[in-house]
Amino acid sequence: MTIIVKAITRLTVGLILLFGIYIVAHGHMSPGGGFAGGVIIALSFIHIMLAFGKEEAFKKINQGVASFFESIGAIIFITLALLGISGGYFFLNFLSKGEPFKLFSSGLIPLYNIAISFKVGSGLFIIVVILVLLKITKEGGDK
Amino acid sequence: MLELQILLVFMIIGALIAVKTKDLLSSVIAVGTVGLGLSLAFLILKAPDLAIAQLVVEILCVIILIRATIRKDLPFSTSGRWLFNTFITFMFLVVFIGFGYYCMRDLPRFGEPIMKIAQHFVSQGLKETGAANLVSSVVLDYRAYDTLGEATILFTAVLGVMAVMRKIGRKK
Amino acid sequence: MSVYLLCLILFCIGLYCILRKRNLIKIIIGIAITGHAVNLFFILIGYKANGRAPIHSPDQTILNMVDPLPQALVLTAIVIGLAVIALIAAIAMRVYEKYGTFDITKIRRLKG
Repeated sequence: MTIIVKAITRLTVGLILLFGIYIVAHGHMSPGGGFAGGVIIALSFIHIMLAFGKEEAFKKINQGVASFFESIGAIIFITLALLGISGGYFFLNFLSKGEPFKLFSSGLIPLYNIAISFKVGSGLFIIVVILVLLKITKEGGDK
Repeated sequence: MLELQILLVFMIIGALIAVKTKDLLSSVIAVGTVGLGLSLAFLILKAPDLAIAQLVVEILCVIILIRATIRKDLPFSTSGRWLFNTFITFMFLVVFIGFGYYCMRDLPRFGEPIMKIAQHFVSQGLKETGAANLVSSVVLDYRAYDTLGEATILFTAVLGVMAVMRKIGRKK
Repeated sequence: MSVYLLCLILFCIGLYCILRKRNLIKIIIGIAITGHAVNLFFILIGYKANGRAPIHSPDQTILNMVDPLPQALVLTAIVIGLAVIALIAAIAMRVYEKYGTFDITKIRRLKG
């Protein structure tokens, strides 16, 4: 890409990542949540990949780290859901609800949001990486 | 709700351009405009969560489709029974719209929903879950099995893309 | 009522694109338009006239909220639609690499 795109990307990519983390952390009080925040976090890394090429993006996060985060998200989600069986049933919100309209409130919902953001963000990043890495070699052709 | 109808007409025009354009890249960008119009419609219909999610998802969708269409030719051919096929398709669509219009008379009127289950969510949701955002409380507390299924589908899609795109095992 | 009818017309444009076009990318575009129309229809069902967004506020009690249940269903459906479109795009790219075309009438022959 050109020098303009690279300079603007250096300035804005941190802000995009920070905005994604804000959307995830405040998902139980304001619009947003794990899905939208996870996609924004994935878009920040895809932004680096589109501007600088895939080598620069793999210095920040490579496929091993991405698959690790996806597994961690699934494990946190299932574990929190299974812990509810100790109090009665699957997906029981067993932590204390706290005071409404504060950041640490509503029990397990922020933790579920964080797990879903890990899973959605790394999963979509892996999909885009796989689609970019494919070299188009027209092996069949019109014979 | 005049602005909603204007926005829907804009989306229909965008969809027609996306269907009828011969250039693939222009077609993909036109379907992007349909998605952005849908995001604005969600904002008018008082669903800010969906507006944010639809906006970012549409950007990623356009990136994926541009990656799939770049540097490709478009074999545009109208051979065979063109007139017959188009006539059959339009007849099917006319019958479909007729039945759809017939069924729509039984729907609740626009602006007066039947809120049987949602009445409990609206009145008791803040007390029972402690989350101010009711959509988040429904997704992650009352109906968390939906989210579990969604995570499973996303994982299956990643596995499918990796299985389709792998290079190992294709050597002869 | 007219809003429902416009939404049905948008759905039918996507259906026409799936049924009639012979290019794989056009079929993907038709699936995307159909998904948009269905998501919009869910939200139109749950809209309440002069309603407020379903988010509580600290210092006032809001009574006329819109229905939060269709919004929760559509929130999962949006991400699922993106995953499905990515999977179909991957299959289309692999078909292009194998056969050299996007035309669905030319990929009938078997190639092992």
